[in-house]
Amino acid sequence: MSTLVTILVDGVSYASWLFIVALGLTLVFGVLKILNIAHGSFYAVGAYVAASFVNWFAGWQLPPWMSIIALLCAALAVAALLAPLVERGLLRVFYGRDEVLLVLVTYALFLILEDVTKLIWGANPYFVSAPYSLFGNVAVGAQTYVGYDFMLIGVAVFCGVGVWWGLNRTRIGKVVLAVIHSAEVASSMGVNISRVYTFAFMFGILLAALGGALTAPMISVQPGVSVGVVIVSFAVVIIGGLGSIQGAAIGALIVGLARALAVHTWPPAELFSIYVAMAIVLVFRPEGLFQQVQARKI
Amino acid sequence: MKRLLAHPVWAGVAGMALLLALGAALPRWLLFLCTMSAANGIVSLGIVLLMRGGVVSFGQGLVFAGGGYAVALMANKLGVTDALLLTFAGGVVAALMALPFAALLARYRGIFFSMLTLALSMVLYGVLVKTESLGGSDGFNMSRPTILGMRIADAWSGYVLYALAVVVSGVLAILARIYFESARGLVSLAIRENELRVEYLGASTSRVMAANFVIAAFMGGVGGALAIMALGHIEPQFSYWTTSGEFVFVSILAGHYSVFAVFVASFILELVRSFSSAYFPNTWQMVLGIFLLIVIRFLPRGIGSVWVGWQARKEGRS
Repeated sequence: MSTLVTILVDGVSYASWLFIVALGLTLVFGVLKILNIAHGSFYAVGAYVAASFVNWFAGWQLPPWMSIIALLCAALAVAALLAPLVERGLLRVFYGRDEVLLVLVTYALFLILEDVTKLIWGANPYFVSAPYSLFGNVAVGAQTYVGYDFMLIGVAVFCGVGVWWGLNRTRIGKVVLAVIHSAEVASSMGVNISRVYTFAFMFGILLAALGGALTAPMISVQPGVSVGVVIVSFAVVIIGGLGSIQGAAIGALIVGLARALAVHTWPPAELFSIYVAMAIVLVFRPEGLFQQVQARKI
Repeated sequence: MKRLLAHPVWAGVAGMALLLALGAALPRWLLFLCTMSAANGIVSLGIVLLMRGGVVSFGQGLVFAGGGYAVALMANKLGVTDALLLTFAGGVVAALMALPFAALLARYRGIFFSMLTLALSMVLYGVLVKTESLGGSDGFNMSRPTILGMRIADAWSGYVLYALAVVVSGVLAILARIYFESARGLVSLAIRENELRVEYLGASTSRVMAANFVIAAFMGGVGGALAIMALGHIEPQFSYWTTSGEFVFVSILAGHYSVFAVFVASFILELVRSFSSAYFPNTWQMVLGIFLLIVIRFLPRGIGSVWVGWQARKEGRS
C-alpha cells in the first residue's frame, strides 16, 4: 500500500514538471508547426539562469522565500530575451519548409545552445537546493514527502488551467486558436500572424524555462540535462497527440507513472519504460490520444 | 571511356579503385577518418533510401547499435573473426531486428515515423545501459578481426579496414543506385510526391515502405559492423538519439539526389568534427549546428543537388 502511494506521489510530481515543459512544446507545435528539439535546451538554459539568479539573490541577504521569486524571474528573463531572438533571428527564415526539415533546424539550434551554455556556465555542476526545503515536509500515511513536490503539482495545474482558460476564454486566445486553425484565413481577417508566432513561441519557451527553473533545486544543473528532457517531453506530446493540452496532461501522467512504477518495482526498466509506454500508445492510436485524424488530400 | 564512366556501376568501380590506390598514400589518422565516414555513410545511405519515400528515421541508432553489438558478440563469444563475414552478419542481424517492426512502421508518415523509430532506438539504449553482462554504459572491447583467414598485422590494420570499408560501401552504393532506378525505387519517389495516387494506381505503398525500412536497417547494421571493427570498442551511445541525429544530419546535408554525395557529406562531418574538436574543443557542436543551418538555408536539397544540377544542365545543352 505504502509503495502504491509512493509510486503515485513520485509519478505525479515527476509528471507535473514534465507537463509544464511538454505544454510549452505542444503549444509551439500547435501554432508554429515546429517540433522543437531545442526545447530541452531552453529548459536547460532556464535551469542555469535560475541557478545564477538564486545565488545572486542569496548574496543580497534577502529572506529565503525570495528564492522562489528568483526562479520565476529566471524563467521570465529567458522567455523575454532569448526566445524573441531565436524566433525573429532564426526560425523566421525557415517558416513554410517541410516539417522534418524544421526539426533539423531546431536540432542545429540544440547543438548551438548546448555549447553556448557550456561557454557561459562552464562544465561544472551547479547546486541550488535552497528553494527545495522552503515548503517543509508533508506526511502522507506513514511516509513523509518533500513539500516542494506538492507545490510543483500545484504550479502544473495552474499552468494547465491557465493556458486552457487563456486560449478558450480570452480574445488573444481566440486569435491564437484562429491562427492554429488556419494561418492564411486568420491573416486575411487582419490578424498579425508574425506577432502571434513570436508571442506563442515566447510563451512556449517561458514554460520550458519555468520547468527548468523549478527543477533546478531538485537536480545538479550540469551539461547534458537538456538531452534527456528533449526525448522525454517528445514522448509526452506524442502520446497525447501533438498540439493538444489535455493530451500533454494525460501524456505526462502516463510517462510519470510508468517511470515511477518502473523505479519502485523493477529499476532496470526505468530508462525504457517511458518509450515502451509511448510505443504501446502509438500502436493503437497512431496520431496520439487526443489528435483528430486528418483527412487525406489527393 | 567517358561514356563508360557515365554508367553508375563502372563509375563506382573506378571510384573504388581510385580510393584503394589513394589509401596507400594516406596517413594513418586520415585512413581512420575515411573508414569511419564510409561506415557512417552507409547508415546515412539507408536514411536517404527512406527519405526518397518521404520518411526520415530518427532512430537508425537502433540498427547501427544492433549490428555493432551482434558483431562484437559474435567475435568475442562465438569466435567468428572474419571481417567480411562479420560485416555481412551485422547487416543481417540488423535487418532481422527491423523485420518485426517494418509492417507496423510502414503505416506511419512524417513526424510520427521519425518519433516511433526514435522511441525504438531509445528502448534499445535503455536496455543496453542496464545490461551488466554487456558492460552496461561502458560497453566492451572487441578484438581485431581477421580477413579471409589471415591475421592482420599491426602496420596494415588501418589500411585493411579502410579497404574493407571502401569496398563494402562502394558495392552498397552501386546496389543502392540500381535500387533507386528500379521500379520499386521509383515508386518510393512517387509515394513521396503523392501517396494516395500511387495506391489508386495499384501499388502497395505499405509494402514498399516496409521493404525500404528493412533495406535501410541492413545498411545500418553493416555500417555498425564496420564502425565497431575500426573502433575496437562498443557502447550503448551507439543507440542514443544524438547518434541517430548525426546520421540524419548527414542525409540532409547530402540530399536524396546523389548516392556519392552521402559519402562526401559523411566525410565532411567527420572532418569538421575532428578538426573542430582539436582546435575548438568546447565549441565543435556549435560549429556543426551553424554549418547545418547554412546548408539548410542555402542548399535546401543537399550538396548532391549541386552536381546533379550541373549534370542536368550539361545534358540539356548537348
